[in-house]
Amino acid sequence: MSDKSREAEVQPEPAPQQTARPEAGEEPSRWGQAARDIVGGSAMISVLSVIIALAVGAVLIAWTDERVQETAAYFFARPGDTFAAIWEAVAGAYSALFQGSVYNFRREGFAAGIRPLTETLTFATPLIAAGLGVGVAFRVGMFNIGGRGQMLVAAAAAGWVGFALELPAVLHVAVAVLAGMVAGAIWGGIAGLLKARTGAHEVITTIMLNFVALYFVAYLLRTPGALQAPGSNNPKTPPMQETAILPDLLGPNYNLHFGFILVIAATVFVWWLMNRSSLGFQFRAVGENPHAARVAGMPVKMIYVYAMLFAGGFAGLAGVNQVLGTVTTGFGQGIDAGIGFDAITVALLGRSRPWGIFAAGILFGAFKAGGFSMQAAEGVPVDIVVVVQSLIVLFIAAPPLVRAIFRLPTPGAAPRRTLTPKEVAAK
Amino acid sequence: MKLEIRGITKRFGALVANDHIDLVVEPGEIHALLGENGAGKSTLMNVLYGLYRADEGDILLDDVPQHFSGPGDAMAAGIGMVHQHFMLIPVFTVAENVMLGHEPTKAGGRLDLPTARAKVREISERFGFDIDPDALVEDLPVGVQQRVEIIKALSRDAKVLVFDEPTAVLTPQETDELIEIMRQLKAAGTSIVFITHKLREVRAIADRITVIRLGKVVGEASPTASNVELASLMVGRAVELTVDKGASVPGGPALVVEDLSVINPRGDVVVKNVSFDVCAGEVLVIAGVQGNGQTELTEALLGLQERVTGRITLDGKPLTGRSVRQILDAGVGFVPEDRTEDGIVAEFTIAENLMLDRSTAAPFVKAGNLQLDYRDQFAREKVTEFDIRTQGIDTHAGRLSGGNQQKVVLARELSRDLRMFVAAQPTRGLDVGSIEVVHSRIIETRDSGIPVIVISTELDEVTALADRILVMYRGGIIGIVPGDTSRDVLGLMMAGEAPAGTGAAA
Amino acid sequence: MSTETTAPATAGSAPEKTVITSWKAPIALGVFALLAVVLFVFTPRPADTSTFRLSTPSDVIQLPEIVLPTHATGIVMTVLLVALSAYSAWLVWQKRRVPLWLIVVFAVLFLIAFLAWAGAGASIPIYGLLIGTVSLSVPLIFGALGGVISERVGVVNIAIEGQLLAGAFASAVIASITGNPYVGLIGAAVAGVLVSFVLAAFAIKYFVDQIIVGVVLNVLVIGLTSFLFSQVLTENTELLNRPPRFEQIAIPILSEIPVIGPMLFRQSIIVYAMYVAVFLVWFGLFHTRWGLRLRAVGEHPQAADTVGIKVTTLRFWNVSLAGAIAGFGGAYFTLGSVGAFNKEMTAGMGFIALAAVIFGRWDPIRATLAALLFGFASNIQNVLGIIGSPVPSEFMLMVPYVVTIFAVAGLVGVSRPPAANGTPYIKS
Repeated sequence: MSDKSREAEVQPEPAPQQTARPEAGEEPSRWGQAARDIVGGSAMISVLSVIIALAVGAVLIAWTDERVQETAAYFFARPGDTFAAIWEAVAGAYSALFQGSVYNFRREGFAAGIRPLTETLTFATPLIAAGLGVGVAFRVGMFNIGGRGQMLVAAAAAGWVGFALELPAVLHVAVAVLAGMVAGAIWGGIAGLLKARTGAHEVITTIMLNFVALYFVAYLLRTPGALQAPGSNNPKTPPMQETAILPDLLGPNYNLHFGFILVIAATVFVWWLMNRSSLGFQFRAVGENPHAARVAGMPVKMIYVYAMLFAGGFAGLAGVNQVLGTVTTGFGQGIDAGIGFDAITVALLGRSRPWGIFAAGILFGAFKAGGFSMQAAEGVPVDIVVVVQSLIVLFIAAPPLVRAIFRLPTPGAAPRRTLTPKEVAAK
Repeated sequence: MKLEIRGITKRFGALVANDHIDLVVEPGEIHALLGENGAGKSTLMNVLYGLYRADEGDILLDDVPQHFSGPGDAMAAGIGMVHQHFMLIPVFTVAENVMLGHEPTKAGGRLDLPTARAKVREISERFGFDIDPDALVEDLPVGVQQRVEIIKALSRDAKVLVFDEPTAVLTPQETDELIEIMRQLKAAGTSIVFITHKLREVRAIADRITVIRLGKVVGEASPTASNVELASLMVGRAVELTVDKGASVPGGPALVVEDLSVINPRGDVVVKNVSFDVCAGEVLVIAGVQGNGQTELTEALLGLQERVTGRITLDGKPLTGRSVRQILDAGVGFVPEDRTEDGIVAEFTIAENLMLDRSTAAPFVKAGNLQLDYRDQFAREKVTEFDIRTQGIDTHAGRLSGGNQQKVVLARELSRDLRMFVAAQPTRGLDVGSIEVVHSRIIETRDSGIPVIVISTELDEVTALADRILVMYRGGIIGIVPGDTSRDVLGLMMAGEAPAGTGAAA
Repeated sequence: MSTETTAPATAGSAPEKTVITSWKAPIALGVFALLAVVLFVFTPRPADTSTFRLSTPSDVIQLPEIVLPTHATGIVMTVLLVALSAYSAWLVWQKRRVPLWLIVVFAVLFLIAFLAWAGAGASIPIYGLLIGTVSLSVPLIFGALGGVISERVGVVNIAIEGQLLAGAFASAVIASITGNPYVGLIGAAVAGVLVSFVLAAFAIKYFVDQIIVGVVLNVLVIGLTSFLFSQVLTENTELLNRPPRFEQIAIPILSEIPVIGPMLFRQSIIVYAMYVAVFLVWFGLFHTRWGLRLRAVGEHPQAADTVGIKVTTLRFWNVSLAGAIAGFGGAYFTLGSVGAFNKEMTAGMGFIALAAVIFGRWDPIRATLAALLFGFASNIQNVLGIIGSPVPSEFMLMVPYVVTIFAVAGLVGVSRPPAANGTPYIKS
């Protein structure tokens, strides 16, 4: 009996409720498979998703543009005007987006022209950090929607250390960073602990903890002696002390700060953690199959807690970056700037892989940086960026849809990678 | 009603699950469909029931070709099915389950529960069932749930009734009762398709037998054919139904279990004051019908159950109250009952699965770092040693066949330094070839002086492996008997009848 | 020995049972009792009496005001609270379960004590508290009903927030253009359905994780409505964002019932529609064919399939229906209360609605009560804000969220979601 027929013989019959498991049949050659993976696989899907989302964004921009609306009124008389107006609106907006995020050709010299790219990296810094927080939790089968709350408490802790304590230069910033990360970790850890101890679903608890953190920080911000700047009535903190501020990387003309280096280090650390460490092995095992992990002697419940501690810590790093790097003049309760939610899309786009998240964070950082200059230059509201981002993630989550739009081949035997681990789906 | 299946072919990707299958069931006939696990029986029945669409072939009822686009059509045509995994909604009452899909309604679209209840009672009385239409299905024992399935099919006037592996969850006595019900149905003119891999039952009731193997019909047989004839037809070669093993050389008691009780999360006492021991170098088989506490007992041994009282000691060291990690470290090897759920991580590679329960310490981990070179070398060795058929150690375990997945689990567990080995349903769902490999590995382990516990519901496996047999019934031990105890006695014990001359505490 | 046979297994006698108890409830009650001791007994208030006003000035039947001695009330209530906690601990000690009524009574007593304490020296308008509760709860209840339907059929609905927001936006624009709030209501439902279509398409057809789709959809709807608001609405406010509002309709006689009359029967048409919706969803779910099939699909889709129910179609249309209901509720923001659309005006109400679904254990009536509870908690803060509260308003605002965390942590009994909730049904 040949090996192949042996394989076929022992295949379990697929039960109707199961995902059709890829059969261990004839596999295509390695290179053929690689080629199919590139065309039909995840990398291509990601690129195409970005293209579709930008296209939808273009439609929205054109549709709401006043010039387009005016010319459309006499479309049948002079359709050329309408097309020209559409081109102007879309090209104008997207070129502003590009010039605001990568290179500004209207500025003299490279040093000024490249400034938008450094802005992109500045915006990307907290996105990557918070994205890592969501991604680590994903890999362990948990959905961390609590980035906002974790960032807020981290910002509060780091901020307080930053403006209230008197410490020597290097030590001060280190303590502040650490305080923020610990606060974020604790806030995330609460959700992990609740899941471990009571089975409470982390999606619900993290959403609820977001609001609790929001109101708690709001309270601290308007309470003299807590976070409120002395002598002020605004719910805002005093500015950070010089010793607590993350140093600029490229000098005072650029906003890019040392936080970016911290985030690179965090990415490397997550790579090591997930791919090379014993703990990461357990993380992944629990994420893929918590039952088997338990039988294999892994402390599944503690793993949930550890994972949420890490997740909260990274989200905390994002909060720290905001208060010690980006907005050092004191902050209010909007300091999270929606990064906690953007982080979910970053993690999904990066498929929860550390370098994927890094790249996705930079892309979304570019959208943010460019979005503001687009609003300033072309009057297109920055909210369009949110639309484009969420569309990207929607399309990436549904590869068959993208393939259908572009009529791409389906990668044959490759198993469909779900973005979230089983535990979430199984609930 | 006469059922005819002509040239049905069903493919899943490269796998041909059904290859031009022909089958005729005459009115009022009990037709057994016999085949190994994975031979394609269930696929065929799902095609018949409209759950799968056949790639080729026809289904005829009373010589009229049928085109089923879903189970609704099949039911309307008069086909009913008693599924292997009951298709009942646990939180619904019996009446609600029976009425689902063809609900009687009153004015304003309101459900007419009294009519549904009456229907349940009427059919129950016809067969002498005692079923409360308002009982929640989840509160009923499995035997009763199966009867609800039968009522459900009959309430839709099924003329052809398919029983898919109906005896897997029943005691021998319940099986006898089911056979009696089938005879009654037959007498009422219902055609019956009886899917099974158990030879004894087939010979007890079938009018005709069709054997399928690897998705093809390989022959018909009459109920008078011998077990060996049927078995070789089913497997495709002469089968030895026994395992080649020498006499055991038991040492002293290694595992001692005293007064062990387990309570499940719903508050049921699922294992009740159980005491036994296992000697080094012997195989103790824990037998019993599925769901009599064997699973929970096994999990308690491994530290996987939360509410456990009593004492477990291995070589004099206590195991109770220890974490799974500590118990594994104490030298307990474990093959879990549900391989895909508990045994492997499908998305992990073979190499990763082979280190799954050794992910915290040397040699696979040093100073928190995975030792990838060691892991891969180890994996390559084990793939060769255990003859795991795969393209490479980086293949995802989920893509292996059941038999090869089980070899991965065995390789992982047996390559640790063991002081005890527990294998739960180690051959469930495997083909005959893999079963032989698993059985010989278990005997080898025994012969190396390790105490072995095997949990099995299959009498064939029980008698083949056991040096001693412990029979569980409703969470308690009904008796511990020698390995050569006759099947009849074992059958009675599994139904809860203590054997002559042994007490429950034997 | 050998002649003894045990009863056959088919007789089906239930296995031996023990009651598994948990210390969660006594611990939680104890914490609150302790809080009561600290606040109501040892934190004195500047005034001696607390006044509760039960009737609005315009009521035909005027109830007298109730005046309670603040400190004495606090002490009496605290003693009762401590006793209840002790009783719950004793129950668990005796291996018995803590009954639901005990927790309800505890909550009510705590609330009375709290109101007396917080409102010392002031006159607390109970009627205002209740009327505001209903108003604040309207979108929550519609959202929760949408959530109940969607989750009962097996699709997790995180997108309630998006459905509410889409409904709010569409109703504002459409009612403004047409000048007819009823058309706006229909528009709101349609907008909710559109959001649901996306959820259904991705979750049911493409098997994308339902939580992911829900989260992303919320972001998408926020982005889209904010973009259109900034780009289109702000420039044409008169034309596009000045919808007519629904007037309050007092139902004769019923609206004159003391206390509950003004609360229930002096409301706008959306509120009356809400009463009907709650009844219809409850009746439909538990007493009609539609409901039986819907629940079957959410519990065990395969079993439903084997009796000829089209799982995918049923899910698709019911998720859409859920969107329509939630979208309808969104109209309340623009046509019922605020009177114009604003960026992100739902402000997390969709998530509270989701919490109400879970807190209400996927039952429309209980979810409605949970939503009312959350509405009440938000409104207490409003009322106390006016009369001057000793508790920072932020902590009052936290209450619904903290309560939900306690709820999902199982303090009010283990809640069991529909078994197949969140699991896509994949046929080979």
